[in-house]
Amino acid sequence: MSAEKTENLSWIDKRFPLTETWRNHLSEYYAPKNLNFWSFFGSLAILTLVIQILTGIWLAMSYKPDATLAFASVEYIMRDVDWGWLIRYMHSTGASMFFIVIYLHMFRALLWGSYRKPRELLWIIGIVIYLAMMATAFFGYLLPWGQMSYWGAQVIVNLFAAVPVVGEDLSVWVRGDYVISDATLNRFFAFHFLLPFVIAALVFLHIVALHHVGSNNPDGIEIKNGPKGNRWSDKAPADGIPFHPYYTVKDFMGVVVFLAIFSLVMFYAPTFGGLFLEAPNFQPANPMQTPVHIAPVWYFTPFYAMLRAVPPMWGSQFPGVVVMFAAILILFVLPWLDRSPVKSMRYKGPIFKWATAIFAVSFVVLAWLGMKPVSDLYTLLSQIFTALYFAYFLLMPIYSSLDKTKPVPERVTS
Amino acid sequence: MRKLIIATLLLLSPAILSASEGPPLEQANIDLRDQASLQRGAKYFVNYCMGCHSLQYMRYNRLAKDLGIDEVTLRQNLLFGDAKPGDLMENAMRPEDSLKWFGIAVPDLTLVTRWRSPDWVYTYLKSFYLDDTRPYGVNNVLFPLVAMPHVLGDMQGAQEPVFAPAHEEGGAPVLEGVKLVKQGSLPPKEYNAMVRDITAFLTYAGEPSQLQREQLGRYVLLFLGFLFILAYLLKKEYWKDIH
Repeated sequence: MSAEKTENLSWIDKRFPLTETWRNHLSEYYAPKNLNFWSFFGSLAILTLVIQILTGIWLAMSYKPDATLAFASVEYIMRDVDWGWLIRYMHSTGASMFFIVIYLHMFRALLWGSYRKPRELLWIIGIVIYLAMMATAFFGYLLPWGQMSYWGAQVIVNLFAAVPVVGEDLSVWVRGDYVISDATLNRFFAFHFLLPFVIAALVFLHIVALHHVGSNNPDGIEIKNGPKGNRWSDKAPADGIPFHPYYTVKDFMGVVVFLAIFSLVMFYAPTFGGLFLEAPNFQPANPMQTPVHIAPVWYFTPFYAMLRAVPPMWGSQFPGVVVMFAAILILFVLPWLDRSPVKSMRYKGPIFKWATAIFAVSFVVLAWLGMKPVSDLYTLLSQIFTALYFAYFLLMPIYSSLDKTKPVPERVTS
Repeated sequence: MRKLIIATLLLLSPAILSASEGPPLEQANIDLRDQASLQRGAKYFVNYCMGCHSLQYMRYNRLAKDLGIDEVTLRQNLLFGDAKPGDLMENAMRPEDSLKWFGIAVPDLTLVTRWRSPDWVYTYLKSFYLDDTRPYGVNNVLFPLVAMPHVLGDMQGAQEPVFAPAHEEGGAPVLEGVKLVKQGSLPPKEYNAMVRDITAFLTYAGEPSQLQREQLGRYVLLFLGFLFILAYLLKKEYWKDIH
């Protein structure tokens, strides 16, 4: 580095901790050296958030949040705006890819026990991000103003009406009208634009918490508690390697593969057979005509299946709504449900492994059931898999203490 | 584990998820690269369909550019009334007339192949059958009680419904298809070709950028393929001393 550059840098460093931040979070942030495939999804989630924000801003330059113009403005973007079709498909594909990445990122946390002490707050911030993502996706789905946008929003907002006593007023307050209307579209657009920046702030907190406690790894061992001293520093954990350049170059490789999968979908199957862009949404919203079959987009369907699994009680859908929200809120207490002496699935016993496998299968099956029309068989299946979903959490304090664990090694394995 | 994830993602593919409801669809077998077919489709659409159905998101000059139609031909053959090349193709029937004559607003067809499917449109245009109870004397297998007449009927001829026996005793017979009883001005093969051209044109109109999208995709994937080799070698070089 030339003398002049060093001088400029020290001028900045006296006023802003640039070099210090670079060191603390990249070049001297020591991550375990045994991170595997599952650790790609953190950086991919940030990438997807950036893609969504950038494409979203460009879409907003041509989109019109007006019930009479919204649908046509999307087609205008698809046809008349230069590269508009690419930006729009990037955004619609990105939404689904974001959820795929986040679900894999969360599953990774289950496998490695990344929600356990000392990472409880890191996990909780993550769940708040997930909730904010779901809200953003829900608001955004109304914007194209297609049939499924309209009726999907109608169904979800009606859930609020199921709340006892205040329900009706609450749903009117959310919609700004007695039905989904122009007023609803305007406010949903405002929230859809705002929330991604809230998510960005939450991601910042998520990383602050992560770098404070240190990254977990497939073995679920705290490298900070192990021996000290590596090639770069005497005080750093022996099993740690600098995030930059080791994980920046590794994550870059992951990014290229991810972009290739993203491109395959975006260029060759942007509707993904009606999963990423639903066919009825190519019809403009028609408040006078209810579609035969209303289903939310795939990333909400597990929760939709749980909602439909619960029969109305005392003439109210409220119990189903409670179950649906409980399915997400229960994630907040997960850190205190797992009583296993070990963190990682590698050293947990057969009961925990089977429980996690059944849980993962239940989630996928519920996602599938949530897309299907109602039938007696599907309702029964939804009830069984909803029970299994909750059993994973509610029974965890019992089976995690009973389970026979394997001895955890002193150092990370490669 | 990696293979398992990829397999799971593939299993989520649409073929398994899309439920098949209603009568079976015939394959349209359209080719969006066949410009002559798209041009014929555009001609048929403007002549036979656009009296009632608009393409309100499609511009004439975009169509001309993509389908290789020069401006003179466009003006002579496709522009009617006071329509200009830069206009949207929305000069069809007025909604109030449509309500008066058909009892419903005639749907715009720009995106019909996207919310139905090309195969649906193709099969629909071949599935009209004689039905005296309907105002225009025809009904449709795919669209029971359809309000429109069989505009291409002179060319296709007349078809009668084919019923399968009822599923249960005493039940109504099940409509399973149609058979041609009187040929129109076109032999069935030529009629199918005509309907295929219209379907191809409507599929193009549903997403004019489709060919461009697939073409660009090849270059992007090629670039990412090379980039992956570099990224892989870079990672390998950096990580060679980590054990």
